[in-house]
Amino acid sequence: MEQIANLAKSYCGKKDALIQVLHMSQTIYGYLPMEVQQIVADALDIPVSEVSGVVSFYSFFSTQPRGEHTIRVCLGTACYVRGGKKIVERLQELLGVNVGDTTADRKFTFEVARCIGACGLAPAMSIDDVVYKQVDPDKLEQILARYYQEGVSAS
Amino acid sequence: MINLTINGIPVQAEEGTTIMEAARANGINIPNLCYLKDIHKYGSCRICVVEVAGSRNLQASCITRVREGMEVLTNSPRVRRARKMLYELLVSNHPKDCLQCSRNQSCELQALGDTLGVIETRLQCQPATSRIDISPSITRDTSKCVLCRRCVTVCNEIQKVGTINAQNRGYNTLISPSMELPLDSTACAMCGQCTVVCPTGALTETDGLARVWAALADPKKRVIVQTAPAVRAALGECFGLPVGTPVTGKMVSALRQLGFDDVFDTNFTADLTIVEEGTELLQRVTAALTGEGATLPMITSCSPGWIKHIEHAYPTELDHLSTCKSPHTMLGALTKSFYAEKLGIDPEDIFTVSIMPCTAKKYEIQRPEMEVDGYRDVDAVLTTRELGRMIKSAGIDFLSLPNDDFDHPLGLSTGAADIFGVTGGVMEAALRTVYELVTGRELPFENLHVTPILGLEQVKRASITFENPLPEYGFLDGVTVNIAVTSGLAGADILMDEVRAGTSPYHFIEVMGCPGGCIAGGGQPRTDCEDFRERRTRALYSEDERKVLRKSHENPHILQLYREYLGEAGGHRAHHLLHTHYTPRGLYNELISNGSKK
Repeated sequence: MEQIANLAKSYCGKKDALIQVLHMSQTIYGYLPMEVQQIVADALDIPVSEVSGVVSFYSFFSTQPRGEHTIRVCLGTACYVRGGKKIVERLQELLGVNVGDTTADRKFTFEVARCIGACGLAPAMSIDDVVYKQVDPDKLEQILARYYQEGVSAS
Repeated sequence: MINLTINGIPVQAEEGTTIMEAARANGINIPNLCYLKDIHKYGSCRICVVEVAGSRNLQASCITRVREGMEVLTNSPRVRRARKMLYELLVSNHPKDCLQCSRNQSCELQALGDTLGVIETRLQCQPATSRIDISPSITRDTSKCVLCRRCVTVCNEIQKVGTINAQNRGYNTLISPSMELPLDSTACAMCGQCTVVCPTGALTETDGLARVWAALADPKKRVIVQTAPAVRAALGECFGLPVGTPVTGKMVSALRQLGFDDVFDTNFTADLTIVEEGTELLQRVTAALTGEGATLPMITSCSPGWIKHIEHAYPTELDHLSTCKSPHTMLGALTKSFYAEKLGIDPEDIFTVSIMPCTAKKYEIQRPEMEVDGYRDVDAVLTTRELGRMIKSAGIDFLSLPNDDFDHPLGLSTGAADIFGVTGGVMEAALRTVYELVTGRELPFENLHVTPILGLEQVKRASITFENPLPEYGFLDGVTVNIAVTSGLAGADILMDEVRAGTSPYHFIEVMGCPGGCIAGGGQPRTDCEDFRERRTRALYSEDERKVLRKSHENPHILQLYREYLGEAGGHRAHHLLHTHYTPRGLYNELISNGSKK
């Protein structure tokens, strides 16, 4: 919190820096709860309703604690047609959470995306910065299992 | 001058004029919804689109400026078709329960459908998200919102409070406080300016009528009503009278017909406020001059929206506020003490109603401080708009009512009280009294109007020097008092930043929460009249000028009240009944934020 306060203060009164400051704050704190939004609002001298407006507008900002890894299943046109929805359904079963939520063990945050620019690899999904191509719903369990092995964070 | 044609007619317009303004100046009205002159011009609703020769797309006429040689069509088949479609899209997720809506027949969205000739529903989709948020003053129903953002502009740019803004995006967009908090747990001042500009039933005052009708029907209750100065300058608009027609006499008649047992005037306690607040000011200035020390500037405390705002935004500066309650709570307290004793009835059997131009006063009466000896000062507040509805629903023909007078002993007032409803009015009323108390002479301004503080500018400043005072005020000889007047919370912030920094050069500041003062309060009738502030102001000044007594300290019933009941101004009993204290709140609800206060 203190780190965020210092960061926000260094942008004191610079209203245009809002998105930048929110980005950095989310990197520090992991997500953007009310307290963080208030610190940013105070430092940049803008109403907290405006800060929340920006936070809730962009899907990459989160007001809930996030998991260690972020899964994004692509539901752009190509992935949707090739079975993206089935990946979503299977992940809901495996993770036990709905789209937008984080697993109880804070391992994964489960989201959907509108086209991650990998249409040729459809159906695609990403975990953090790694893109998985032509995902087979039956292999999802194996993919997730890798993230539970110690020290492994990518395929 | 720019030459263009509108619907084939050659017209001229100043450079920088919008197509809509140029059309209107030439007798052509372009239908619109989100546009608010001088306040909101974002082109967000697109209803005002017009065809411009050479442009591929239709242009929003409220933001498109005229250009030399422009050819504009405001009523072509293409424009008519587009407007109809835009309207149908706007209402496609609107709950079409107009018959049960508080804005039925006074709704801009409804009227627009009529103007555009929309007679069928071709598009029907999921209703908009409904969040119903009932705060003491304002009720929000997001399902009725058309996202025009007028309220956002008023809250953020005019009042600069910024309680509400657009949240989420696309279909899920909501106009709401941060994180969808209820208004009551935010730093909202409850000024209600958003309810005045909302074109639909999404933002309205919280209903006070049900409890008032119930009290009137209760034979055990003595129901006592009072009316604020600004109500008489605007109530007539609810019945089609021109903006700025004072209707004091008809209003009193209507209240009697509605069954109120006593019709008192908040003006009476406006006079009382001047005596109490003037005394407080003299005490503070005296203490400052004699080296005792006092908190200056002193700031007026009549406007409950302003009070809530300072408690949130400047919680460390509350000592600057006068301790006087607002006039209507003073009258409520006197009704249940002085008047109850006079009548010999139990204050428990009295129900006090205030008719106010204000939504914040609905919040104010619920504050824990606003009671004396266990009796709430005021039991219900109705806005001017609500009184208008009440009179109509009672079947009273307002326009043919005779003029009537307020009841005594809490109904007589001087002209100084009438101008309480206008920015600068409380200051002028206070100066009329303070100057005369100190010097024994009338305030040296023509017709008693303090010219430098008249008008609608955001911040007005003046200085008054006491010369040749009466012997008991000898120490004030040659002393210059600096005053400032502001209306609207953005103006208040300008003056408060100086106060907080310790650089404020003023002794006395008047703040009214709504731009222009109570005449333009959040509970006043909605109007499309552009100079409504000036017109309602003139109505109150005319009330002031037609009175024989124009200085609060000359009100004989006030003098009698002090003699018979209150004792000294600023004395013990006056303090018990008429004064209050304030609560530092900070910008954020500590329950939600775990205390990260400014």
